[in-house]
Amino acid sequence: MKPLKDSKHTLLRPHLLSVEDLSIPEVEILLNKANFYADANRQKGKIEKTLKELTIITLFFETSTRTKTSFELAAKRLGADSIGINATTSAIKKGETLIDTAMTLNAMHADILIVRHPDSGAVKLLSKKVNCAVINAGDGRHEHPTQALLDALTIKRNKNKIKGLNIAICGDVLHSRVARSNILLLSKLGARIRIIAPPTLVPKSIENLGVEVFNNMEKGLIDCDIVMMLRLQTERMKGLYVPSTREYFKFFGLDHKKLKNAKKDALIMHPGPINRGIEIDSALADNLDRSVIHQQVEIGVAVRMACLEMLTVGIDK
Amino acid sequence: MKEAYINAKILDPEKNEEYVGDIVIEKDKIIDVGPNIYKKDKSKSYKNIHDCKNLFITPGLVDMRVSLGEPGSEHKENIKSGCKAAFAGGITTLVCLPNTDPVIDNVSVAEYIQKRAKEVSKINLYTYGSLTKNFDGKNLCEMGLLSKAGVKGFTDATKSVENSAVLKRALEYSKAFDSLIIQFPEDKNLANDGVMNEGEISTRLGLAGIPSIAEVITIERDLRLVEATDARYHISCVSTAKSVEVIRNAKKKGLKFTCDTSPQYFTLNEMAVEDYRTFAKVSPPLRTEKDRVAIVNGLKDGTIDAIQSDHSPQDEDNKRLPFNHAEKGIIGLETLLPLSLELYHNKSLSLLDVIKKLTKNPADILNLDHGTLSKGSKADLLIFDPNKPFVINVKNFKSKSKNSPFDKKPSQGKVIKTICSGEVSYAA
Repeated sequence: MKPLKDSKHTLLRPHLLSVEDLSIPEVEILLNKANFYADANRQKGKIEKTLKELTIITLFFETSTRTKTSFELAAKRLGADSIGINATTSAIKKGETLIDTAMTLNAMHADILIVRHPDSGAVKLLSKKVNCAVINAGDGRHEHPTQALLDALTIKRNKNKIKGLNIAICGDVLHSRVARSNILLLSKLGARIRIIAPPTLVPKSIENLGVEVFNNMEKGLIDCDIVMMLRLQTERMKGLYVPSTREYFKFFGLDHKKLKNAKKDALIMHPGPINRGIEIDSALADNLDRSVIHQQVEIGVAVRMACLEMLTVGIDK
Repeated sequence: MKEAYINAKILDPEKNEEYVGDIVIEKDKIIDVGPNIYKKDKSKSYKNIHDCKNLFITPGLVDMRVSLGEPGSEHKENIKSGCKAAFAGGITTLVCLPNTDPVIDNVSVAEYIQKRAKEVSKINLYTYGSLTKNFDGKNLCEMGLLSKAGVKGFTDATKSVENSAVLKRALEYSKAFDSLIIQFPEDKNLANDGVMNEGEISTRLGLAGIPSIAEVITIERDLRLVEATDARYHISCVSTAKSVEVIRNAKKKGLKFTCDTSPQYFTLNEMAVEDYRTFAKVSPPLRTEKDRVAIVNGLKDGTIDAIQSDHSPQDEDNKRLPFNHAEKGIIGLETLLPLSLELYHNKSLSLLDVIKKLTKNPADILNLDHGTLSKGSKADLLIFDPNKPFVINVKNFKSKSKNSPFDKKPSQGKVIKTICSGEVSYAA
């Protein structure tokens, strides 16, 4: 692939909270660094322990396996000490407010705090009250910036570019922070974004974010380079947004037949975890010629390494 | 002994007049008002003469939607602090919502609040009763007994009466006592778990939205019921363009009812909640700029009758939370006048029209004998300078809570003196 433009600069902000406020040069710095780590991760002895003696805390108010592990692995690869607080079961859940939690964490002198929270804006609120760098690992329906960065790098490594690609984001856009971050990031990088979803799962005025909306998957997939599927949050549906998962799969699930409408070399992506047979045909998800779902996970670690490193450039190590 | 306020610009919302003149009060009554009263008076037996050159005098403001927090949430506001804040805002009459704990759904709570108010303040304080018992949305309150105890209307405060049959029965029954029914219009199912206006901003912030149709649907249904029952009906907190249009058309057709709004709906739009600013989280939510302009136009052409503060005190702990969990509400008593005066300064309404919506109109809606300067009426006066520039500073507020998105806002129009029952209750 074309080498990414290198830069000596770093991020212009103390925290990584959203894609919306990242500038294009900042995105490029992160993707460059992540691209380096994506290769280095496959070879032994290539990685400098640049985060040695730094403390990283992961604070997850929502359950997560993939993102939490990915961050912890990234931290360990760079030599940091990382500990995880599972806030879904700890005392924090029992009435302690977010601001109290921030005060407690301040006393522990962490260097980076990685936070996931079920409420939009909660990670930003926390970032205002702590004296360390904060990474948003997903806040409510708002944003999930590292997921968007890893998706962008996955696309770039497979297609050699992002600019000019037709990217379809399909499914439950309404409840998806992954969709929001991807729309903002990929359109910033010059891609054309389409949303494919039943009208009940399309957020109001989403067109104003510069996307095209389709309620018909066959039509929406025409000419697409990337088909990004979202998880149908079945626990939130309760028959309110879609009548049944059976009907959903029939009209909005990705199968071989519908995929034929996209470009011949179109790639399938999914942030995981997958609902097989609900938003994507099981065999299709495992088809390594088309699906880059496992690559996304691998690149996720590299992207998070880049984010951790870039946020600690100024810290005396 | 008499007291005279002379050379003032008098705004009389009842007679619809604006002139330079004098007001003479004795004890708690206005005994004379008009041009050159003081000069013509030969007796000159005055205790005090106040020269009010370049200042305006109007009746004390009448605020028809206030939450006072006592009993139940005294850490946010109590009757004493609320009344002080009202005086500082030029308000001499206020009606508080039944959203206390316990709810004002029986005579003893209503009487308790009135008794407490008399103990701590000279202000004219009235209350509403809840429309349904404990806001359950099903069982009607004792409207007759509560009316007899001085309650001025019935409302489920910040909850919409959802059940059409319940509202129909309430409207019918209220006619026996000539009671006013006040609706807070918001379809619960459409509003669902929404925390702000539904639109581009809610999509960007990833917050669940309340569509503007949630308001207008309730209003349209209610107006059918009002038409069928011919009861006294009032809509609180109109916030959308569609609502203004529906209300305007219904009034044109001759349907009798009234409505109000509060300053946040004609001074702010949904942009105020960007960056998850919970101090601008209110119910109904701040809407689009198009809606804001429609509210101004509704005030201009008389579609919207009154302006109230919707004073909703919240302590910091309940606001400094993730947006989804933060309480709704803005304190309004001390910003009601300067924010309403923006309508005058930007030439949307005349000064007299702004004052009418803050005095005579709400008093008429509630059948109160306040909001007037006529001879023999209670000496409740507001002396103010509509042009004086100042910066809103919540630290100086008398209200116990400081939840205002208007803090640090440059503003124009200051209360100089509030007189209630002939006594100076506040002086800047």
